[in-house]
Amino acid sequence: MTEPILKVEGISKSFPGVKALDNVHLEVHPGEVLVLVGENGAGKSSLMKILSGIYTKDAGRIFFEGKEVEIASPLHAQHLGVTIIHQEMNLMSDLTVAQNIYIGREPMIGPFLSEAKLNKTASDLLERLNINLNAKQHVGELTVAKQQMVEIAKALSFNAKVLIMDEPTSALTDTEVEVLFTLIEQLKASGTAIIYISHRMDELKRLADRVTVLRDGSYIGSLNKDEIDIPKVIEMMVGRHIDEGTRPAIRDKTSNETVLRVRGLSTKSLLRDVSFDLHRGEILGFAGLMGAGRTETARAIIKADPTTGGTVEYEGKVARIKQPADAVRLGIGYLSEDRKLLGLMLEQDVTFNTILASLPTFTDSIGIVRDGKAKTIARDKVSELRIKTPSIGQMVKLLSGGNQQKVVIAKWLVRDCDVLIFDEPTRGIDVGAKEEIYALLQLLAAEGKSIIVISSELPEILRVANRVIVMAGGRITGELHNEEASQEKIMHLATHGGGDE
Amino acid sequence: MSLQTDSGPSTKGKKDMTVAAEKQGGGVLAFVKKQAQQSLAFGTLIILVVFFSIASPAFLTWPNISGVLLATAVIGILALGTTFVIITGGIDLSIGTGMTLAAVMTGVFIVNIGLPVWLGVLGGVLTGGLMGFVNGVNIAFLRLPPFIATLAMMLIAQGLSLIISGVRPIYFSGIADDFKLIALGTLIPGLPNAVLITIVAALIAFVVLGKTILGRYTFSIGSNEEATRLSGVNTRRWKVMIYTFAGLFTGVAGVVIASRLDSAQPQLGVGYELQAIAAVIIGGTSLLGGRGSILGTVIGALIMSVVINGLRIMSIQTEWQNVVVGIVILIAVYFDTLRNRASA
Repeated sequence: MTEPILKVEGISKSFPGVKALDNVHLEVHPGEVLVLVGENGAGKSSLMKILSGIYTKDAGRIFFEGKEVEIASPLHAQHLGVTIIHQEMNLMSDLTVAQNIYIGREPMIGPFLSEAKLNKTASDLLERLNINLNAKQHVGELTVAKQQMVEIAKALSFNAKVLIMDEPTSALTDTEVEVLFTLIEQLKASGTAIIYISHRMDELKRLADRVTVLRDGSYIGSLNKDEIDIPKVIEMMVGRHIDEGTRPAIRDKTSNETVLRVRGLSTKSLLRDVSFDLHRGEILGFAGLMGAGRTETARAIIKADPTTGGTVEYEGKVARIKQPADAVRLGIGYLSEDRKLLGLMLEQDVTFNTILASLPTFTDSIGIVRDGKAKTIARDKVSELRIKTPSIGQMVKLLSGGNQQKVVIAKWLVRDCDVLIFDEPTRGIDVGAKEEIYALLQLLAAEGKSIIVISSELPEILRVANRVIVMAGGRITGELHNEEASQEKIMHLATHGGGDE
Repeated sequence: MSLQTDSGPSTKGKKDMTVAAEKQGGGVLAFVKKQAQQSLAFGTLIILVVFFSIASPAFLTWPNISGVLLATAVIGILALGTTFVIITGGIDLSIGTGMTLAAVMTGVFIVNIGLPVWLGVLGGVLTGGLMGFVNGVNIAFLRLPPFIATLAMMLIAQGLSLIISGVRPIYFSGIADDFKLIALGTLIPGLPNAVLITIVAALIAFVVLGKTILGRYTFSIGSNEEATRLSGVNTRRWKVMIYTFAGLFTGVAGVVIASRLDSAQPQLGVGYELQAIAAVIIGGTSLLGGRGSILGTVIGALIMSVVINGLRIMSIQTEWQNVVVGIVILIAVYFDTLRNRASA
């Protein structure tokens, strides 16, 4: 085999409170597709950001074409020939293909731009790459796949020798994926090294010359093409000997009455026929990879987003939910995964946030808010949930993540919702506070609340959920009772579901 | 409620210890920061008053002070309503010509139709409310950007004022001689009623913004509209109510200016909206929404009229007044961005 064009040795990177990467290795050869896999949060993106100069590494060495290099900035990475194509595209939709590719490097004639020269250069480039695109077309008129081609063309216009693609197919249709894969084959043939980040097993089988697995920021191992075996890869991704942790004591609640019955929930863009039941006192886990449709399901239930079909029954009656206010009135509360953006008024104090969802019950007949009553409730919740705050007048922005989450929970407890949908309830929360949140979830369930927990952390799902629903590609791909569930089984359903049908 | 888990023994012991670190001591500092813009505006007002008092002995006399307050009345009332709109993160450009339309309608009701004064006044105020309602519906339900929706309403109100009045002022004298007393009478000796109305309006705005559910949702929508919606608040309906409520202030301003001039002047009004918005901004209300106060707006409106009055007393040409007001706005907003950067 040839010398690696890019080699990474012992890279580590920490962020406040988190070790994102710990002694990670990676190498990629010219004309090779290296598929990098790992669960959400395994460190794939952090590693790629280091290679493309967005982050700086804390420790470790990077070799490019055999020489050690320090990649100081994205510009530097581009000069070396390492280019990343991000998940979210950085194109200007009102400019043409050519203008996008050569943005910042426009050919000039004297003080003026030369559109003719620009289009010529771009057309030549596209032809050379065998990309069938009109250089003069506006990018906004192109399909997502074609836009991705523009991104790739742009990357290769820098003479990229290493091309990093971060889940490039997440927004593509099947035919578009084929177009992309054909281009990847061509690039390979011309000697470009490609690092392809994905967690889709079908793509891995199709593209990979080699696969490298990361887990929890650590390097787990690499497999060559002939050694690649999907169950083995999944096992490496989730880790065989991971402590599955404690599981809920009373595991099955399906004999309880059904509180929420969801049937055939669909949305225009993602969800297809999502159906499930939630029982009283049950904690139902929703597992799946990013983009599987878990958050979308929650938002569709409370009609935070429009749906194209499906019914929701609440306590045996069809629930007419047209907007989140209707859901809340029925007693369904949704705690967003994005606490800061969608859950809290950061600039407001604890009291304000605690009573926000139930303000009408704190006002008298002419609409005056009874601050005394509000403060009493806020104080009660602060001590009940053990929210660490100097006072109930503290701006929520100044609380820690765990305590912010507790304020969100307090808001819904004051509203007295019977169904609570927790979306990533412990994201950005440290270990100790996580345990408190888990305990709280179990306590709420024991009190008769019915709870949905959406989580990307499998141990968390197994830790709290009585039953686990797994989603992939907008569909439910499996349902597991806690006793039979394991990280491997969940991962299998989360990565395979869509393709097996 | 105690935090007892029915889980295994794994991490139970340490959970009490590992609760996230606290950021203490934010309380007092946060409070000072919160008040900073207001204190700044208040300080500016004091300095201006002291400066003009020294510069001209005529400044700190009761007739002049009452003149300043009277001059503050109309802009002040407009500013009070629009404070609500701006705290939601919106803007209302229609309050200037909307005020004119309310004045014209008051004239139509009292002079042309011959309704009793109180009914005409009510009609004028409700005209303002109706415009606010339409703005609210356009913004909340048709999802038009507030700037565009109220810009259109500004033109509509301006046009309607001219059409309805026949491009002629409507005079109240002779038909309703009492009408001018609404603004110029003195229930409290020495203090024009217009000032009294402004004070009452400010008190109402203060209570509604600070103590009622409408005020709470005003802040809530301005802080984070989507989070408010997900909390089960019908944000669209509340936005309509907020714009309608703000519109009532426009209506009151229309009645007050008509009474003060003893006539409805259909050509008037353009530019008032920008002065009112300026007063709100000087008073520390954020154009980004979520933050603001009635007290700040009152001070902001006073600063504007004190500057104008002071310059006039010092016999500085009127042309310079706008220049100075412009500079005051720049300084006020600059300090506001400084404060935002500091807290970010």
